[in-house]
Amino acid sequence: MAVKGLPASWRKIPQRYNLIGDECKTCGERFFPPVTICPNCRRTGSLERYKFSGEGEIFSYTVVRAAQEGFDFQIPYFLGIIKLKEGPLVISQIVDSDPEEIDIGKKVKTVFRKVREDGSDGVIRYGYKFILDR
Amino acid sequence: MRKVAIVGIGITKFGELWEMSYRSLAAEAGLKAVEDAGLSGDEIDALYGGTMTPGLFTDGQEHGGPLLADAAGLTGIPSTRIEAACASGGAALRQAYISVGSGINDIVVAGGVEKMTDVLTPSATFALMGAGDQKWEGFYGVTFPALYAMMARRHMYEYGTTEEQMALVAVKNHANGSKNSNTQYPFKVTLDQVMNSTPIADPIKLLDCSPITDGAAAVILASEDKAKELTDTPIYIESSGMATDTLALHDRKSLSRTDAAIKAGKDAYKLAGITHNDVDLAEVHDCFTIAEILAIEALGFCNIGEGGKFTEEGETEMGGKIPVNTSGGLKAKGHPVGATGIAQAVEITEQLRGEAKARQVDGAEIALTHNVGGSGATCVVHIFKRRN
Ligand SMILES: [Zn+2]
Repeated sequence: MAVKGLPASWRKIPQRYNLIGDECKTCGERFFPPVTICPNCRRTGSLERYKFSGEGEIFSYTVVRAAQEGFDFQIPYFLGIIKLKEGPLVISQIVDSDPEEIDIGKKVKTVFRKVREDGSDGVIRYGYKFILDR
Repeated sequence: MRKVAIVGIGITKFGELWEMSYRSLAAEAGLKAVEDAGLSGDEIDALYGGTMTPGLFTDGQEHGGPLLADAAGLTGIPSTRIEAACASGGAALRQAYISVGSGINDIVVAGGVEKMTDVLTPSATFALMGAGDQKWEGFYGVTFPALYAMMARRHMYEYGTTEEQMALVAVKNHANGSKNSNTQYPFKVTLDQVMNSTPIADPIKLLDCSPITDGAAAVILASEDKAKELTDTPIYIESSGMATDTLALHDRKSLSRTDAAIKAGKDAYKLAGITHNDVDLAEVHDCFTIAEILAIEALGFCNIGEGGKFTEEGETEMGGKIPVNTSGGLKAKGHPVGATGIAQAVEITEQLRGEAKARQVDGAEIALTHNVGGSGATCVVHIFKRRN
């Protein structure tokens, strides 16, 4: 893997740390991860930053038992596609939750966690993960 | 558009080929195709090569256009690398088809190659994740099996598809692949063996996955006039459909349906003036067993949600309503990502020429290939026809 400079990680801090995405003031749709243009309105769209609540429910999930480099030490781990309360779907790990309880439709909320150590920029990476919300 | 036909095919053995390099694989497939077409090589006007990431899979080498032309002894001609992740081969075939169809070129090579076993599995897994969204999927530890697992989970939830039905795709494709000498895994597997294989990303198990593979394939395309001079059995490309969806799975309208494949299929049927009922056999992108179920639904061979049942009823087996993946599919044959779309066209050409031996679908006239990039962000569909 190529060794990276810091700006690529720094640029994504608002999204990864604070779940900040976009809202289109023209059509009202909210986007996370952030978009570069509103896919509904294109040139007539008007994007503003929007902070998501971090609440949602499990839309789909899996348990990863064979990881890519950098995640081997975490296996097995749960991944979920989460439907945020405000609409969009987002992917991340589901942590600190009873595996028996993880299922489609279960309520979750975000927590701030270390995602992986020693990225290609030499920086420990943090971001949102999800836990069951009871 | 002029009529375009396949006049030559070449394919290497697929597998973990330690003695073969990226360049030697490309050269072998290319030379076999040139020989099969009865050409010297001087007649070739251009080359399009499908390859996903030789840089990450081997030694940092990019600039695939001249790399492939050099390897095949064709230095000098226009040569372009086409990258569409695991659909790179299908996308290269489409560019070659457009290039001959447009009248710019008369004889063109469409090739595909990937050398995947020079790196260790975690590095290959990272490289493959480049087909997804590295920023918003890969960053969080997402792998390709995990993406397809979450599609499978959703398909099970919405339609009642079972793990056994998915496993039956592997059983069928290994049975077909056992009759194909180029195959990486030319052996049969039982339902129990698939169900009891190592879990990778639940509900996906090891034998639901296509392997990591080295291999290359090439086809030679010619205009109708040239094709008739070169061969008595030109196989016509009737149409090409291609569509894209969001790079990331979570941005899609549905996880249990592949919209790019639905669109590419519809466009290809329309351009060829046929419906799914006219298709005699299909090679579809079964990178995971759930992917074949999604494919046969998207292409209209069965209704959305009924792919599991359709498979269970044997409709996609040899002798079924629509034989799918007679080659063994990506599952048994292997999946050298850039080569896969071209390897599909090689199988279809053998079938329509009537040269598929033990795998032959009797009386096959019209066939289809379906090649997917990533978790469905690219789909390329081609329709082929044998004419008397
Ligand atoms: Zn909008």
